[in-house]
Amino acid sequence: MTAPAIELKGISKAFGPVQANKDISIRVMPGTIHGIIGENGAGKSTLMSILYGFYKADAGEVFISGQKTDIPDSQAAIAAGIGMVFQHFKLVENFTVLENIILGAEDGGLLRPSLAKARTTLLELEKEYDLKVDPDAVIEEIGVGMQQRVEILKALYRQANILILDEPTGVLTPAEADQLFRILGRLREEGKTIILITHKLREIMEITDTVSVMRRGEMTATVKTADTSPEELAELMVGRKVLLRVDKTPAKPGAVVLDVKNLKVVDDQGVERLRGIDLQVRAGEVLGIAGVAGNGQSELLEVLGGYADATGTVTLNGTPIELTGKNADGRSRRNHGIAHVPEDRQREGLIMDFAAWENTAFGYHRDPAYQSGILLNNAAIKTDTQAKMDRFDVRPPHPHLAAKNFSGGNQQKIVLAREIERNPDLLLIGQPTRGVDIGAIEFIHQQIVALRDQGKAILLVSVELEEILSLADRVAVMFDGQIMGERQSTETNEKELGLLMAGVQT
Amino acid sequence: MNFLALFDLSVLDTTMRLATPLLLACLAGLFSERAGIFDIGLEGKMLAAAFFSAALAAITGSVWVGLAAGIGASLVLSAVHGLASITFRGNQLISGVAINFLAAGLTVLIAQSWFQQGGRTPSLLTGGRFEPITLPFADAFSTVPFFGPIYAELISGHSILVYVALLCVPGTWYILFRTRFGLRLRAVGENPAAVDTAGVSVIGLRFAAVGICGILCGIAGAYLATGLQAGFVKDMTAGRGFIALAALIFAKWRPWHALWATLLFGYLQAIALRPDIIEGALGFKVQVQLLDALPYILTVVILAGFVGKAIPPRAGGEPYVKER
Repeated sequence: MTAPAIELKGISKAFGPVQANKDISIRVMPGTIHGIIGENGAGKSTLMSILYGFYKADAGEVFISGQKTDIPDSQAAIAAGIGMVFQHFKLVENFTVLENIILGAEDGGLLRPSLAKARTTLLELEKEYDLKVDPDAVIEEIGVGMQQRVEILKALYRQANILILDEPTGVLTPAEADQLFRILGRLREEGKTIILITHKLREIMEITDTVSVMRRGEMTATVKTADTSPEELAELMVGRKVLLRVDKTPAKPGAVVLDVKNLKVVDDQGVERLRGIDLQVRAGEVLGIAGVAGNGQSELLEVLGGYADATGTVTLNGTPIELTGKNADGRSRRNHGIAHVPEDRQREGLIMDFAAWENTAFGYHRDPAYQSGILLNNAAIKTDTQAKMDRFDVRPPHPHLAAKNFSGGNQQKIVLAREIERNPDLLLIGQPTRGVDIGAIEFIHQQIVALRDQGKAILLVSVELEEILSLADRVAVMFDGQIMGERQSTETNEKELGLLMAGVQT
Repeated sequence: MNFLALFDLSVLDTTMRLATPLLLACLAGLFSERAGIFDIGLEGKMLAAAFFSAALAAITGSVWVGLAAGIGASLVLSAVHGLASITFRGNQLISGVAINFLAAGLTVLIAQSWFQQGGRTPSLLTGGRFEPITLPFADAFSTVPFFGPIYAELISGHSILVYVALLCVPGTWYILFRTRFGLRLRAVGENPAAVDTAGVSVIGLRFAAVGICGILCGIAGAYLATGLQAGFVKDMTAGRGFIALAALIFAKWRPWHALWATLLFGYLQAIALRPDIIEGALGFKVQVQLLDALPYILTVVILAGFVGKAIPPRAGGEPYVKER
C-alpha cells in the first residue's frame, strides 16, 4: 500500500485560551482531491497554516509521503512539495505574471536568465495542465480567474505535488469555478494531491474523493464523498440538523414599494458604474440581484442607502427620493423607511472597536427613546440592545462587548437586529451571509423571509447564486452596470443565470 | 535680457555639487521606501553623518576615516529605525521624527563637548576634505570650443563623492530592475505577504533596504561636511533630507527620475547663490530671500500633489503582520 501524501498525527494548536486545533489526525492519499469542510472558525485555516509553516503546532507530527517532516516556515513547506493558493491571492499587483511566478524561486542573482527559463517552463506547464495565462500581463490588469491560475502555476513552478486551495471559488463566476474544477481534475489525473478547503457543500460533492469535516477545532469525521450527502455533511459541520433549503411559501406581492427608473452613477474617474437601471420591488417580495462582484451592485446599494450621488428617479411608496444634495443621506433614507444592511459589515455596518450597544444605536441615535435631555440615555440603549440580542440569538449576549469580538455570523445578527427591528418598508441587504457559518445562515434567511411575510419589500444583493435562488422570489442579473435580465426564481436555474452574469443574453 | 546666462557654466557646476547630497539622500529614500519603509529620518541621518565625518576627519586628519565614521553613524540610526519599525512594528513616521530630533540635538551637544567651538567642528584642512579631482585631459581639452569647457569645468573638477553619487543612479536602476534582490525588494514594498508565502524573509529584505539607505545617507552627510563645506556646523543639512523626499515623490520612486529631480532642486539652490546672474538675465532684481526659498517652495508644491498622481509603494508605511 502506498504511503499517504500527507499524514497529520495529533496536531494541536492553541491561541491563548482558544483551542483552534484539537488532536487532529488525517490521511490524504496521493492523487486524490480531499475536501476539508467546516464553519468559520472551525480551525480549517489554522490547520492549513500549520501545514504551510505559518504557525508552529503545539503538538503533533506531519508526515509527507511517509517521511516525518518538520515545517518551521514557508520555505520548508515549499521544499516539501506543498503549494498553497490562499483565499486572498498573494500576488504583487504591479508585477507581471512571470515576475510573480519566479519571485522567491529565482535561479540566480540576475533576473534575465531566471525569466527566460520561467517562460519556457510556463509554456510546458500550460500545455500539460491546460492553464492559460499571459506571461507578460500585469496582475492588476487581469481578472481574478487568471490571477488564480497564476497562483496555481506559482505552486507548480516550485514543483509542488500537494496543492492546498483555501476557498478558491469565493471570487469566481460559476463558469470560472467550473473551469477551475476541470483544472483540478486534470491535476489529479497527473498524480497531484489536492486539499480543497471550502464551506460550500456543492463543491465538496462535485469534485472531492474524500471529505473531512471540522467543528470547533476538532476533526469530526472523514468519509468517502460517494458515501455521504450534503444533509449529512451539514449536520456534521453544525452538530445538529440543518435546513439547507429556505422554507418559504410563494410570495404574495402587493403594491410597488421601490420604483427605480433610469438610475445612473458616474464614479470619480468618470467611469459609468450604473448605466440606466430600471427595477421595481413590491411589498411582500424579495428581489434578488445576482452578478459577479463589481458589476454595479455595490453602487446600487450605495445610492439607495444614501451615500453615493446618482441621476434618475427613485420613488418609495410613490414619494420621490432625493439622489443628490444634502437630503441624499442615510438619515433621510431611514426617515423614508429604508433600512440598509451593507455588504461590508465590518467597514460600513459596524465600528469594530465600539461596543455592541453603541453599534446598535448608530443611525438611530436620534430616536427619542435613546435621549435623556441633551445626553444619550446609555442605559436605555443597553437595555434595548440586550432585548435585540436575545431576540436574534446573538452569542455571547453581552451588549458591552466590542463588535470585533463577535464572530462573523453574530456581527451580522447585530446589524440585522438594528435594521429589521425598525420595521422598515424596504430593506436593502447586501451579501447577508458572507463569512457567516451555516447555522447562522439558516437563522438569517428565516429572518428575511419573515420580514417578507409581514408585507415588506426586500432588495437582496448577493454573489452567492445558491442564496439568490433559494431566497429571492424574482432575480435580476447585473452585468457591467446594467440589468441583463429578470427571471422568476422558480423558473430559472444556475446555468441560465450564470450566462447572464457573464453578459451573455439568452 | 539674456536667459542663456541662467545656464552659465559656473551655475551648472554649482548645481552638480549641490545636487549630490540630494541625489544620495533621494536614492537612500528610494531603497527604503521601495521596500515599504517610509523614512522621514533622512535628514537626521545625514546630519549625524555630517558631524561624525567632520569630527573624525578633524581628529585623525583622514577624510576616509571621516567617511567611514559618517556611514557608521548613519547606519546606527538606520538600525534604530529598523528596530522600531520592522522588528517592533512601530509607527514609521514617529520613528523618523525621533531620529531627526535626536540627531539635531546630539550632534551639537557632542560637538560642543569635544571641540568647545560653539557646536561646530574645527575647519578641516587638506587631507581632511575630499578634494576636487581633475579628470584626464581636462586641461588639454579646455581649449576645444563648447565641449572643452563643459568637460573641463562641468564634468571634471568635482570630488570623488560626486562621481560616486552619479554612478549610484545606474547602479540603483540595475539592482532594482535586473537582479533577484531588486525584484524581492520591490515586491516586499508592494505586497510583503507575497514575499513571505514565497518563502523569503520580509524582515531580512527590509533590514537590507534600510541598511542601504543608511549607507547612502552616510555618504550624503559626509559629502556635506567634508566635500561641500570644510567642517560641521549646527543644522547644516538645512532640510535637504526633506527636499530629497520631495524629489523622491517627484521622481515617482524611479532612479533616473530621481537624478533629474535632484538636479532641478540643485539648480534652484545654485541659482539662489547668484542673484547677479538672475538680475542680468531677467532685467530686474529678485529678492535674495525669495531665491533662497525657491527649493522649499517647490518642495511644498510637490508634496501638495501638483505634479500629477504619484503612487507610492502599496505596502509603504505598514508594518508587516502575518495574517491568520
